[in-house]
Amino acid sequence: MLSQLQGGVPLSWYLVLSAVLFTLGVAGFLFRRNIITVFMSIELMLNAVNLTFITFSYQLKEVNGHIFAFFVMVVAAAEAAVGLAIILTVFKNRGTLNIDEIDSMKN
Amino acid sequence: MDLFFFLLFAIFAIVCAVNVVLQTHPISSALSLVGVMGSLAILYLLLGAEFIAMAQIIVYAGAIMVLFIFVIMLLNAGGESKRGLSVTSSILGAPLLVAFLGLIAYFVQRAFPNAPAVKFGNFTGGSAESVGRALFTRYLLPFEVTSVLILIAIVGAVVLARKEID
Repeated sequence: MLSQLQGGVPLSWYLVLSAVLFTLGVAGFLFRRNIITVFMSIELMLNAVNLTFITFSYQLKEVNGHIFAFFVMVVAAAEAAVGLAIILTVFKNRGTLNIDEIDSMKN
Repeated sequence: MDLFFFLLFAIFAIVCAVNVVLQTHPISSALSLVGVMGSLAILYLLLGAEFIAMAQIIVYAGAIMVLFIFVIMLLNAGGESKRGLSVTSSILGAPLLVAFLGLIAYFVQRAFPNAPAVKFGNFTGGSAESVGRALFTRYLLPFEVTSVLILIAIVGAVVLARKEID
């Protein structure tokens, strides 16, 4: 086992790390009540998926995964700009960041 | 050496990610998220993705997180007051997430039993040159559509923020 590890890091470790980060992002998304923290958990999930793309790009020795990760970053940047503007507007109209109190679209 | 750097930055990323979820104040979560993104950039470098590692630092840690911290400071948001979790989600949530993670880890181990180990320097196709070559030849149309997406996002953000000033 140890001599095997001298040659580098097993591929699955990178994928498991990505899964751990994704699960933590899901946990933050589900358990947190601050809308900004929920938004940051989404960014954490996007980062975890990017790590998987880069790992498979390494495994297949192709650059396509890098392009996908690049597009994910672009979409994340656009999403952050619009989402934070929406959060600003919501806070101005409601005076709260708690997602339990922002429920006017419920039913 | 590869293993040492992987373990160092993987553990740092996981600790920072746990901190993102556990901190009650959003600014602490944001700073921990910067730590996650920085250590992921190092891991990208280990995987031979130089361009994406630099873009990760510049776009994520540089631009997106600064935007987040601006908004947090602008809204002067305090810590979370009360936790409005339902009984079902507080009992079932954590075990279901652990089960989800365990399933993913199990199938990843099953799917790649004989994959060659990741060694720094085995893949050099992640330079700015090769990424740019792929981006401007094979992926030219998605790249151009991306510019329209960014334009729409800018217009949307400006419209939403102008409503705030009026």
